[in-house]
Amino acid sequence: MTRIDAKFAELNAAGKKAFVTYVMAGDPDYDTSLEVVKGLPGAGVDIIELGLPFTDPMADGPTIQLAGQRALDGGMTLERTLQLAADFRKTDDTTPIVLMGYYNPIYNRGVDTFLADAKAAGIDGLIVVDLPPEEDEELCIPAQKAGLNFIRLATPTTDDARLPKVLQNTSGFVYYVSITGITGAAEAEAGDVGPEVARIKAATDLPIIVGFGINTPEKAEKIASVADGAVVGSAIVSQIASGKSTEEVLAFVKSLADGAHRG
Amino acid sequence: MADDLFNSFMNGPDEQGRFGIFGGRFVSETLMPLILSLEEEYNRAKDDPSFWAEMRDLWTHYVGRPSPLYHAERLSAELGGAKIYMKRDELNHTGAHKVNNVLGQILLARRMGKTRIIAETGAGQHGVATATVCAKFGLKCVVYMGAHDVKRQAPNVFRMRLLGAEVIPVTSGRGTLKDAMNDALRDWVTNVRDTFYCIGTAAGPHPYPAMVRDFQSVIGKEVRWQLAEQEGEGRLPDTVIAAIGGGSNAIGLFHPFLDDPSVKIIGVEAGGKGVDDRIQHCASLTGGRPGVLHGNRTYLLQDEDGQIQEGYSISAGLDYPGIGPEHSWLHDTGRAEYVSITDKEALEAFQVSCRTEGIIPALEPSHALAHVMKIAPDLPSDHIIVMNMCGRGDKDVYTVAKHLGFDMSDTEEGRTFEE
Repeated sequence: MTRIDAKFAELNAAGKKAFVTYVMAGDPDYDTSLEVVKGLPGAGVDIIELGLPFTDPMADGPTIQLAGQRALDGGMTLERTLQLAADFRKTDDTTPIVLMGYYNPIYNRGVDTFLADAKAAGIDGLIVVDLPPEEDEELCIPAQKAGLNFIRLATPTTDDARLPKVLQNTSGFVYYVSITGITGAAEAEAGDVGPEVARIKAATDLPIIVGFGINTPEKAEKIASVADGAVVGSAIVSQIASGKSTEEVLAFVKSLADGAHRG
Repeated sequence: MADDLFNSFMNGPDEQGRFGIFGGRFVSETLMPLILSLEEEYNRAKDDPSFWAEMRDLWTHYVGRPSPLYHAERLSAELGGAKIYMKRDELNHTGAHKVNNVLGQILLARRMGKTRIIAETGAGQHGVATATVCAKFGLKCVVYMGAHDVKRQAPNVFRMRLLGAEVIPVTSGRGTLKDAMNDALRDWVTNVRDTFYCIGTAAGPHPYPAMVRDFQSVIGKEVRWQLAEQEGEGRLPDTVIAAIGGGSNAIGLFHPFLDDPSVKIIGVEAGGKGVDDRIQHCASLTGGRPGVLHGNRTYLLQDEDGQIQEGYSISAGLDYPGIGPEHSWLHDTGRAEYVSITDKEALEAFQVSCRTEGIIPALEPSHALAHVMKIAPDLPSDHIIVMNMCGRGDKDVYTVAKHLGFDMSDTEEGRTFEE
């Protein structure tokens, strides 16, 4: 059982929905970013998605693109991203960390080396945007063997015929992308998302977490109420970009968490 | 070397879209169903004679194919060695080979009922070709172009607008061709229902590299029969040479000759200011290593951490940090040889072509020509080289003038040119 499985068991027992946040590792710099990440569980975050910076994030909108650039300009690398996770683990051994990013830095590092290092750093799961099920041999299957969850994205274009393929090697949870589009763009509508979540739920026992286009406590509540949880990324990254203090950022996160937990 | 069907170099890609370890489908889940349906549609079209009949009709009457295979007599004499032929794809409508592929993709888009076409462009040649064909068929066209290139290539931006396309300057990342491709992918992921992504080179997720290659292979197929016509039945070139950015004109010339072991195949990458650690070049094969970007695994310019690096070349059309996956495979198997040519050598070749043949070449094929100039003098007079003159140089005269110290700032055209 990974930390992710344990977290969902705990949430289930308490009858609570999951609140998941995304922040870019090293944005705007290593120390600030570590401080924010360390504060997330206290602000009500159940699962942390840690962004791995990449020069060419083709599924991300401007907010996360710029966060990645700030991190890279500050000297962030894959190695330092894992270091950040390890530093976080020194103070928190239960909150799951999901590393989210693109394949090239991982491929460049070497899949086996990466998996060993990620595991040692206390990473629990991976979301790699540009690895669809057709490329499962690359990282998904080795990751599961190494004891990491591989979390797949399901999208509005994933039809019923394709859904089993998407779910087949997925573990931890399913990340439902609420819109066709990039992060931080259009707004998700609970009315559209509900039936889609139900459709996926009929095909899997895994929890369904919904992300993309969720930016307020009200939205987090509405989306969480029709799923097993909600993800907020760009809205938090925007707060960091605008130079808010860590306390202010975490207060905003807390308001979102309260929203999701009401859902 | 290939001596039977099972060892053919022409069977790729496999069902996973791989050429050896290269290629593949490294895209987000939102795009995956679109790419699968494109593959399905392409496979249907490929075996449909009416599809190819329509292509041939347009190639003949709209593009002006076949393009001539031209014996460059004065150039051959001046170099004093091999017999040099130029495949004149610069005479195509829109001035480059790009239109060969665009026609094929737009016909597919029409078969799929897509009404909105998006494209990325660097120098603007693929953007112009896409805008042209969209105008012909009355389709909405949106072209993503790096903000830096929009400035450098103002005449092509205006051409695209005249043709009714919307040109979107890309400011994300560093505002170059790779960023334009990122933004085109972001558009596609957002507008999945009505939009067709017309990729300009033999790269991207499967089936693009194979599909673009098949459309561009008209170049090499014509060379086969044209050379036989001029040099006698069964005569093949001894060497074929083409410039490579993403590599679509090159794979179009090379592919029909892959299983002819007597034909030496040479791809010429942009060496910029020299292929060394400073990365002031775009030579992905000679200066990069395998990685994953824009949907495929291929050789890439990247740093130690796997972050993609910006290339540099005098030629905006070669200014891309990757290369089509089939070239990466041909490189690793040794079937083709890849070399690099510097800005300086390309500029020299540009002038030699003007002076000896009355042909103003684009800077891209000037790289191929520069390599021809290197090897031709040492080859016998019965050695036939075919180089791909894949684009004309009108778009480049301002860049060349600047490098040669010729001041055009007082001319009417010069004032529209910003650098």
